[in-house]
Amino acid sequence: MSSEMIFAVTGVLLFAIGAAGTILLAEPLRRVLAFNIMGSGACVVLVSLAQRNGIADPVPQAMVLTGIVVAVAATGVALALARRLNRLTGDGGSGAGAGHD
Amino acid sequence: MSATLRRLGVMLGAAAFAWLLADSLFALPAPVIDLRPLVSENLAQSGITHPVTAVLLNFRGFDTLLEIAVMLVALLGVLATLAADRSPAVDLDSADAMLPMFSRIAAPLMLLCALYLLWAGAFRPGGAFQAGALLAAALALLHLAHLIPAWSSPLPLLRSGLVAGFLVFLAIATTLLTEGALLQYPPAYAGLLILAIESALTISLALILAGLFLFISNDGRARK
Repeated sequence: MSSEMIFAVTGVLLFAIGAAGTILLAEPLRRVLAFNIMGSGACVVLVSLAQRNGIADPVPQAMVLTGIVVAVAATGVALALARRLNRLTGDGGSGAGAGHD
Repeated sequence: MSATLRRLGVMLGAAAFAWLLADSLFALPAPVIDLRPLVSENLAQSGITHPVTAVLLNFRGFDTLLEIAVMLVALLGVLATLAADRSPAVDLDSADAMLPMFSRIAAPLMLLCALYLLWAGAFRPGGAFQAGALLAAALALLHLAHLIPAWSSPLPLLRSGLVAGFLVFLAIATTLLTEGALLQYPPAYAGLLILAIESALTISLALILAGLFLFISNDGRARK
């Protein structure tokens, strides 16, 4: 297995872990973090596939760079919404605590 | 109907999905379109010698223009969710002696690194986004060290800083419409125009990213 395929499979695993977390976790903060892990996985897959044949392709790299910055902005909005939810409900909007271990 | 069963089901589903996706990655055919020659052939007339920056600011400058617009919209979204009754809680006293001292040393160095990254973007990895992120991190650090207060509502100076990147980019893009297409730089001035856009983008990105942190953290302080 070449090194870029190891990176790609790592990205797939990150995506799956993030997806499971997004579904399973009830607290908004944990859910936002899990969603971010999903996004990171997608970025890793995109970047590693772009360098399958030797030299890296700058176009997907630029796309991922754009994606990272937009993800940060979206995370900021999600955190602000979670905080507002916390203010309004007082419990962070979590359900029956299904996210706790 | 137990939560454990549901949890197990979701995990198994995620594992199966990961297996399928990884399997299909290995079966992926070679890409039909190879953009690398196209980028390297046109690099000479882009005004930039680093391919990623050339793609970001020249070949696909449209993406970056919309990206800074998305950042601005996201910040407006954050500002809209903040409670109206927040009070600018100024808490500049810190019991910790180490963190403020370290931050006072680190922040100017971070500014220096950000300036270098901005300048380096033309010919090696770097550019406006990295520089902006570093500056925003410096502001967040200064806030965590209780050296600068959280932001409550943007005053005119901060507002113009927040929108400067988008407006400068948009102004240059629309001025270049006379060249025939949006963001079609004349090769002779491309480097200069891209540097001007990147400088404005750095300031705005730093303020927007720092704003995401400092506006939200003010909302939290007011609750105490």
